[in-house]
Amino acid sequence: MLNLDKSDLRLFLLVAAALVLAPFILNPFPEGSNLAQFNAGYPDLMQRLVIFGIFAIGFNILFGLTGYLSFGHAAFLGVGSYAAIWMMKLLTMNVIPAIVVSIIVAGIFAALVGFISLRRSGIYFSILTLAFAQMSYSLAYSVLTPITGGETGLQPKINDPRILDAPLLDGATPTAGLFGIDMRASWQLSVGDWLFTFNFGYYFAAVVMLIAFYVSMRIFRSPFGMMLRAVKTNQNRLNYTGVNTRPYTLTAFIISGMYAGLAGGLLVAMDTQVGADRMFWTASGEVVLMTILGGAGTLIGPVLGAGFIKYMENVVSKINETVLHQWFYWLPDGLEDFVVSVIYPFVGKGWHLTLGLMFMAVVIFLPGGLMEGLRRLTQGRKKKADEKTGGAVATPAE
Amino acid sequence: MEAIILQILNGLDKGSAYALIALGLTLIFGTLGVVNFAHGALFMLGAFCAVTLSRLLSLAHVTVDPTRKDFLGNPLKVETPYVHEWFGPETGAAIIEWSVPLSILFAIPIMIVVGLAMERGLIKHFYKRPHADQILVTFGLAIVLQEIVKFYYGANPIPTPAPSAFAGSFDFGAMIGLDPGSIIYPYWRLIYFAFAAVMIAAVFAFLQFTTFGMVVRAGMADRETVGLLGINIDKRFTIMFAIAACVAGLAGVMYTPINSPNYHMGMDFLVLSFVVVVVGGMGSLGGAVLAGFLLGVLESFASMTEVLELIPGINQIIIYLVAIVVLLTRPRGLMGRKGVMEQ
Amino acid sequence: MGILEVQNVNKRFGGLQALRDVNLSIAQGSLHAIIGPNGAGKSTLLNCFVGRLIPDTGSVTFDGSSLIGLKPHEINQAGVTRVFQTPEIFGDLSLLENVMIPAFAKRDGAYKPSMWSPLQGEREIREQAEEALASVNLADKRHQTANSQSRGNKRRLELAMGLVQKPKLLLLDEPTAGMARADTNATIDLLKEISATGITMVVIEHDMHVVFSLAQKITVLAQGSPIVEDLPENIKGNPKVQEAYLGGAHL
Repeated sequence: MLNLDKSDLRLFLLVAAALVLAPFILNPFPEGSNLAQFNAGYPDLMQRLVIFGIFAIGFNILFGLTGYLSFGHAAFLGVGSYAAIWMMKLLTMNVIPAIVVSIIVAGIFAALVGFISLRRSGIYFSILTLAFAQMSYSLAYSVLTPITGGETGLQPKINDPRILDAPLLDGATPTAGLFGIDMRASWQLSVGDWLFTFNFGYYFAAVVMLIAFYVSMRIFRSPFGMMLRAVKTNQNRLNYTGVNTRPYTLTAFIISGMYAGLAGGLLVAMDTQVGADRMFWTASGEVVLMTILGGAGTLIGPVLGAGFIKYMENVVSKINETVLHQWFYWLPDGLEDFVVSVIYPFVGKGWHLTLGLMFMAVVIFLPGGLMEGLRRLTQGRKKKADEKTGGAVATPAE
Repeated sequence: MEAIILQILNGLDKGSAYALIALGLTLIFGTLGVVNFAHGALFMLGAFCAVTLSRLLSLAHVTVDPTRKDFLGNPLKVETPYVHEWFGPETGAAIIEWSVPLSILFAIPIMIVVGLAMERGLIKHFYKRPHADQILVTFGLAIVLQEIVKFYYGANPIPTPAPSAFAGSFDFGAMIGLDPGSIIYPYWRLIYFAFAAVMIAAVFAFLQFTTFGMVVRAGMADRETVGLLGINIDKRFTIMFAIAACVAGLAGVMYTPINSPNYHMGMDFLVLSFVVVVVGGMGSLGGAVLAGFLLGVLESFASMTEVLELIPGINQIIIYLVAIVVLLTRPRGLMGRKGVMEQ
Repeated sequence: MGILEVQNVNKRFGGLQALRDVNLSIAQGSLHAIIGPNGAGKSTLLNCFVGRLIPDTGSVTFDGSSLIGLKPHEINQAGVTRVFQTPEIFGDLSLLENVMIPAFAKRDGAYKPSMWSPLQGEREIREQAEEALASVNLADKRHQTANSQSRGNKRRLELAMGLVQKPKLLLLDEPTAGMARADTNATIDLLKEISATGITMVVIEHDMHVVFSLAQKITVLAQGSPIVEDLPENIKGNPKVQEAYLGGAHL
């Protein structure tokens, strides 16, 4: 089915099921309870989880397969966002043209950047991509203000041309939608103390992510994907084998740029406000972290990494001193204050500190990311089971 | 003519900072083979050493002076800095005023300890890991360091003035026989440049004329062979790391009067310094210094109104643009050696 | 006119003249060995054939067209395949994939991004690769990663990667170095078989046992230039050759 082998198909169906059921899965705690702040089942966060999942899937096609570490991928996300918002200003608030154009524009930009950057490898490549991204960021803030809105950014205005849409009534705000269905449309289901929200925008993004995931699976399992993995292991040798490696790496770069553009376009579809800060190099660093945290080169790892980081960001930055005191009220007073003061720097506004520590911890202790950790866990268990039964450990590489 | 000299002078202070950071980056890269994304954080830590010292010196105990009243009629609280009590009001005031230069003495031991701890505690485990891993772990460390500073010092820039003796500007134009008032240049920038020149000269002299430096240079050229000679390279390289940390830290200390330190200044400079290193040529100390000043001055020229009218926004991107052109035409940078990081 | 014609090739590295006026003609279908003491320029010469080095002067012509200035992948696509001395393999990939890659390059050319067809469906390529692996006796290990193999296996994998392309000209850089005696003999037999199918081969070799059991013609290189080119039986007694080796090898 779908031209996938059995285990891939199982993974794909699992992802599909998780996406459909996400409003339930991410909302395990009843409304109003102390733990409700750990719920992630509200539209805004769920949308970001899948959109950054797409971003990381695309980044993984470049970094995970070829080993080329780009430090400038946020630029493609930003360019995609700008393209999308302009489509909404000029053409229609329907998200389809916006998203299609954001993919195309990001792809063209990636072709340009990749064509130049891929002439070098290793750290030089990383610096070149970083330089391009920082250039785009600086320009977006200064000279390109007529196109990017500079510091204020861009949003759809009531008097934008929007040639395909019927003119809006006075006082109405332009909202993004899909053939008349508002992206913000939500339907709520109340079961006992639980409240589940089903948001149209989320499901739209989830479908897009599922398609994006499927495409990346096909790429991973194709001869093209194998060539990219060969680039990572020994690019030099690949040339002597009769393969022209540069167009391969360029193709991978463009594809991953298009994924970033798609993510940028979707961000606009969900929240029609674009600023240049999403192109800053810390944003590029974040997608690197998502990918390695989940496990670069694995299919599902980057999605998990993206989900994990966006979830942590959301939850951790919401924790404040009061919340901490609530948690540790059962401790003796002095100890309570001490524990709270120890944890406090890492939560709330200190989220980036936690992020940095996580970054280091993953690279130091778990270079293969979460997926590697999972594999070790399951293998360890298998090994134990095998030892018990006296069976041999036979794990072929594939 | 005046305009050109002015722009060169304006570029020197930024160029000095680039050169000092790039020098340390190159030293670390050349000796340890590690790409250190946390080097900018060392620059930032240096700057905050200056902030810390100036705060320490201003520590005061509060006494209530019952004879005087404030405007609400309450007894006036008087803050007397401890240094005033210890050294007398005049010397005390002078010490507080000169806190930035004094911070050099304060920063050196701190930066050495930070450098040693960083190398022994973290970097040393990454010598044999891929460069991507080195980049990632030091990137994480940089985030951690800057967030710690942000937690304790807040997100806003903290003005840290130079001693008032150097606070003003002088008429450089008149000094060299041009029209008076054509080139006004702040004292501190000149001091910064002189300071940078001395630091760079010291590092080069150290590497050139001491046995220690000779071994380090030999190690940079061919680590394995020197290791085979029975010389303990690693220990020396650790010390070089501490020195590089020190150079970056002092560069940060002295930079505080030019730009009020904030927690992300390290990252801002790091990205550019990396570009500087790449332009200069990975592993070339001379290249790093040359490219640092070159790009600093170029950036300053690109900020001239005449240039900006011609090519808007060029000041924002000139360094990156130069880097891209250099990397494509001279892949090893201006003065890079063959075989450094080519894979 | 041979399939590979080398004329007046010179190559300097700084003060060292690595190759000096090399003239060489490899006959179509022959198995030609290039021998010589260490530092004679054998590997440099081979590097000039595959585009790793560009000769300072002279020409290298393959099948009527010049190879000078071509990129490595273009030279391979022209029909020249090199088997490396130190195994240059794709360590993270399985043996099967290692051999499928050159097979793809042969069938699809230097660039064909087929990203929609599953690797599993490429039956033809797979069979070719399995056949090549079987010929070097690695068929049962085809799903293991290349990194996990012994050095000898890596060498045989290298060989399979070259064989699967069925090139017009196969360049072998010490194909048996580091192999056990039994493996060496098996490799000799294999190379003879391949030679019988009409593939032209150039072998650089240290092991005289291999050279004399394989080669139809031998060129002796010393200090960057060919000193003798003759049939194997005439090489053995040649005083010039013995002088070049200074008794380093017993011929």
